[in-house]
Amino acid sequence: MDQHFSRSEMLPPLAPPITERGAVKWMRENLFSSPLNAILTLLGLAAIYALVAASLPWWLNSVWNAESLGQCRAIVAETAGEGATGACWAMIRERWHQFLFGFYPPDQWWRPILALGLLFVALAPVLFAGQKRNMAFLLGGIAVYLVVTLTLAETPAAAFALAVALVLGLTALSQVQPGRLLWFTAIYPALCFWLLWGGTVWAPIVAMAGFVLLYLVFRFAAPVIGLTPAAGAGIVAAVLWWLYLQGPVSGLLQGALPFGLRAINSDLFGGFLLAIVIGVTGIAFSLPIGILLALGRQSDMLIVKTLSVGFIEFVRGVPLITLLFTASLLLQYFLPPGTNFDIILRVIILVTFFAAAYLAEVIRGGLAALPRGQYEAADALGLDYWRAQRLIILPQALKVSIPAIVSTFIGLFKDTTLVAFVGLMDPLKGVTQIVRADIDWKGIYWEPYIFVGAIFFIICFGMSRYSMYLEKKLKTDHR
Amino acid sequence: MAMATDVPKDSFRLSMLVYDTRYRSYTIQIVVLLLFAMAVAWLLNNTAQNLAARGKEFNFAFLWQRAGYDIGQQLIPYTNDSTHFRALLVGLINTLVVAFWGCIFATILGVIVGVLRLSHNWLISRMMTVYVETFRNIPLLLWILLSYVILSETTPQPRDFRVTDEMAAAGEAPAASMIFFDTVAVTNRGTNVPAPLFERGLGSVDLGFVTLNLTLLAALAVVAGSFWVNHRLVAAARAQQEATGVRPATWWKSILILFGPFIALMAALGFHLEVPELKGFNFTGGILVAHSFTALLIALTLYTAAFIAEIVRAGIQAISRGQSEAAFALGLRPNRTTRLIILPQALRVIIPPLISQYLNLTKNTSLGIAVSYLDLRGTLGGISLNQTGRELECMLLMMLIYLTISLIISAAMNLYNRSVQLKAR
Amino acid sequence: MAEAAKMQVSDEVAIQITGMNKWYGQFHVLRDINMTVMRGERIVICGPSGSGKSTLIRCINRLEEHQQGQIIVDGTELTNDLKNIDKVRSEVGMVFQHFNLFPHLTILENLTLAPIWVRKVPKKEAEETAMYFLSKVKIPEQAHKYPGQLSGGQQQRVAIARSLCMKPRIMLFDEPTSALDPEMIKEVLDTMIQLAQEGMTMLCVTHEMGFAQAVANRVIFMDQGQIVEQNAPKEFFSNPQSERTKLFLSQILGH
Ligand SMILES: Nc1ncnc2c1ncn2[C@@H]1O[C@H](COP(=O)(O)OP(=O)(O)OP(=O)(O)O)[C@@H](O)[C@H]1O
Ligand SMILES: [Mg+2]
Repeated sequence: MDQHFSRSEMLPPLAPPITERGAVKWMRENLFSSPLNAILTLLGLAAIYALVAASLPWWLNSVWNAESLGQCRAIVAETAGEGATGACWAMIRERWHQFLFGFYPPDQWWRPILALGLLFVALAPVLFAGQKRNMAFLLGGIAVYLVVTLTLAETPAAAFALAVALVLGLTALSQVQPGRLLWFTAIYPALCFWLLWGGTVWAPIVAMAGFVLLYLVFRFAAPVIGLTPAAGAGIVAAVLWWLYLQGPVSGLLQGALPFGLRAINSDLFGGFLLAIVIGVTGIAFSLPIGILLALGRQSDMLIVKTLSVGFIEFVRGVPLITLLFTASLLLQYFLPPGTNFDIILRVIILVTFFAAAYLAEVIRGGLAALPRGQYEAADALGLDYWRAQRLIILPQALKVSIPAIVSTFIGLFKDTTLVAFVGLMDPLKGVTQIVRADIDWKGIYWEPYIFVGAIFFIICFGMSRYSMYLEKKLKTDHR
Repeated sequence: MAMATDVPKDSFRLSMLVYDTRYRSYTIQIVVLLLFAMAVAWLLNNTAQNLAARGKEFNFAFLWQRAGYDIGQQLIPYTNDSTHFRALLVGLINTLVVAFWGCIFATILGVIVGVLRLSHNWLISRMMTVYVETFRNIPLLLWILLSYVILSETTPQPRDFRVTDEMAAAGEAPAASMIFFDTVAVTNRGTNVPAPLFERGLGSVDLGFVTLNLTLLAALAVVAGSFWVNHRLVAAARAQQEATGVRPATWWKSILILFGPFIALMAALGFHLEVPELKGFNFTGGILVAHSFTALLIALTLYTAAFIAEIVRAGIQAISRGQSEAAFALGLRPNRTTRLIILPQALRVIIPPLISQYLNLTKNTSLGIAVSYLDLRGTLGGISLNQTGRELECMLLMMLIYLTISLIISAAMNLYNRSVQLKAR
Repeated sequence: MAEAAKMQVSDEVAIQITGMNKWYGQFHVLRDINMTVMRGERIVICGPSGSGKSTLIRCINRLEEHQQGQIIVDGTELTNDLKNIDKVRSEVGMVFQHFNLFPHLTILENLTLAPIWVRKVPKKEAEETAMYFLSKVKIPEQAHKYPGQLSGGQQQRVAIARSLCMKPRIMLFDEPTSALDPEMIKEVLDTMIQLAQEGMTMLCVTHEMGFAQAVANRVIFMDQGQIVEQNAPKEFFSNPQSERTKLFLSQILGH
């Protein structure tokens, strides 16, 4: 047997044989690789055909101009023949604003529109930390969105000019000192509250001053009495401020310098405006609370741990509906006699707690996934508890739990529809019911549900894609 | 030792409560406990004041008063003369029934979809992706409302099923017809399904509190017995395999054992289906399943199955390809590999999140409120609450019941987790 | 060298590969492979990363399909016929880079699984065989532990024992030591050398040149999906013919 072999010339790569190439091979491998697969493919094709055959005429015969469902049907019968089906988008054309804004007064629509635009400005530094190019795209897009929509909504000239100037100014800032944009993020909640509910501008400003007070007390007390007590003292000071000084001070300022927007009552909120208000606030506040609960659950202090576990398990153990009913029926028992505060606010608080408990479990998973060495390293560096958490532990724990955190957010946003059961006008049940109760549109069902479902789908799917993008980006950052 | 005495002995100072690591955590815990106690006291005090102001008191005696309302779907005897407590039980059972069937159907569908999503068939895996993404990104409430509306607004009226003499003469078909070999009629009033009846039923015994249906008990006993015998059969087959290396074929014996006695029992009891029939303008006979139940079940199944599909897919993907390759290299066939290598490992990954989906599904049954399904929330937390005005008691009791169900399910999950944890260094 | 000479090679053909080509999509991974392995031969395959070494030995037990040419293992040609594939797979053992032990089964169960389900051996007998091979790889005391509780070297030895329990006539190794810490490499190599001395037909992808010199009858160098050079180890290392071989050897022996 000849053991020697040596190649002086390398073989060039060849194209695969003809049976291994082209569409035929692709179909053989991907659609008909076995009898079972062939059957499945045929079944799939049949299902798609059935779906298309049933719904395509309906889509093609869509009617956009009509006063009522009856008229729609008449038009469809006229154009496509007796017995044909057709979508009646005329309903959406007439009622879209209720799906988006509920009963928010039309001449004030510019306020939620602006608030939404500014929301993304406030999110920009969070979503694209330090990436100037992405931020420029986002802010530019927001500017265009605002110019178009604010014009359509017939915004008062002064507000229009102010809004555009603000966005352009912030865009410029984002290119010069992107970090500074976080200041806008910090004041955004108060601004948004004021834009949406209106009333005197001083109320949110004075409320924000409470946070400033908290910070100042913390800042000056911390070196003297230590971090945790200082934080406690700050919170006490801020609470006192809000309880006793908030009203008088803002009243005084409003008396001296009256400035405000028309106050809009919570009953008028509805549709996606309501869903987004509850969803975004819930998301923003549930994350910090969730983190605290997760840390509490991991804590060595028995009492702190027990309380955290008890809270988390209780909230996760009952359906959200029962918590919402608590907001609408039971809070009147638990609060001092005579207190009665806004139902939207009550719902937001309970939705936030609900999401926080789920987030706490998700984050706990992330904390548990960290190797023991990370904690030991943080100790070895001589960092105190909060610094170690903030600088070393939490960033990593949050990073690994991003997909789960975002799906909790998506769940929360979908759950905002449940507020319909405590009498609020969510886009799905609240508004649709109003539309379907109207004699003109009685009997319509596919169109409102498709419309609302599509908007939910776009928002939720967008969030999940963003989380996938983020996961990938952080993974490559890691290497 | 001299050194040790040099260290100044700490005399206790107040600041040590904050700075000294020995006392610090106690200080914090005591402060937290005090704050918590204060909050609880404040809530209790407010509640007491509010109750007093409304002239109410906190007690559960109302549970034994007459409920006075009807419940459409009742699996234990109930009339409007029964107590609120009885209504609560009926509601609880309705909750559990939807949850039970929902979990079963969602698991079946979810496993199929999850496996198909991984299939090499391009078309099928794309279709499954579309299904999963659609259902996961749109609120459950929409699916419930849509199913309900479709069931109750697009289905024919009972009289559309009628064949009049003229139609029969002209050979025309009626406007609507029954499905599943003419046994099920879906009308705008509900779904008429066949009822299982027994010619020689065993009757029932009344034990005062509950009524035992002997026919059902006998059926359950036979099924349990069959399972036990089958278990023995499989164990014997395994013993023979261990002894001789050859595993006897058991599948046909298993089928006989599992189904034979049951079929025999059914035949002995004179089992037959009572098919709903159109009498005049309505269907009689059979069982009328309300659309609220069907819609809720369909929506819960489709929605939860999308999540389960993702869990199944992730579970299977979590098993590295090396595992099946190693099994193939040892000469195991693909289906053996799946059963002996892939499934046991994938199940460990799949079951914990699967159980939390079951938990979610159970809690989501409370959305039955959207279609007026009288579950626990609809009876205790709905009509009973409104009629008696006992918001506090009803809500607390309802939360307690949901919480108990949840805790039982998660305790089961923890037990399972502990039993299958992979041993590692 | 003395040892290698001791081990005899019969003139029975164990593996015959002729004109074999394989593509991944458009990518031509294996190009015109021709190779004959006699029973009792020990062959080491080396080459740069991505040259197709793993693909080649995975074709031999049909973990990968080839598209052109012929592979005959122990007189059985590998085609789409499932019976042939089963036959070849039960004759050919394979050891992977990442061990691929079954983590949910104990070591003993890992070893007895295939004999019981494929060879239909009574459990007791399968366990005796398993204990025999476990003692052979020097870890009988680990039989009732789980793979996760063993060190990497121990796991790889279990993987070797697991293949041996099927009484294979040919063993394939795909970089069995490259996922191991240096101190564990020796224990695995010792096991492999012992196996070689018992006359097992072995195809081994490895960069352990010491092992190649000690036991191989032939070293095959692959690059770009083709066999570039093959020779007896002595000549292969002392007098490489092709430029590519020289370059590769200078890289791996250089440091
Ligand atoms: N399943 C696959 N699909 C497509 N290409 C593949 C696949 N598996 C391997 N390849 C490609 O085939 C080539 C040969 O891969 P192979 O794993 O055989 O290399 P190797 O010589 O074993 O390398 P290494 O020393 O890194 O293990 C590589 O370029 C690889 O990228
Ligand atoms: Mg390789």
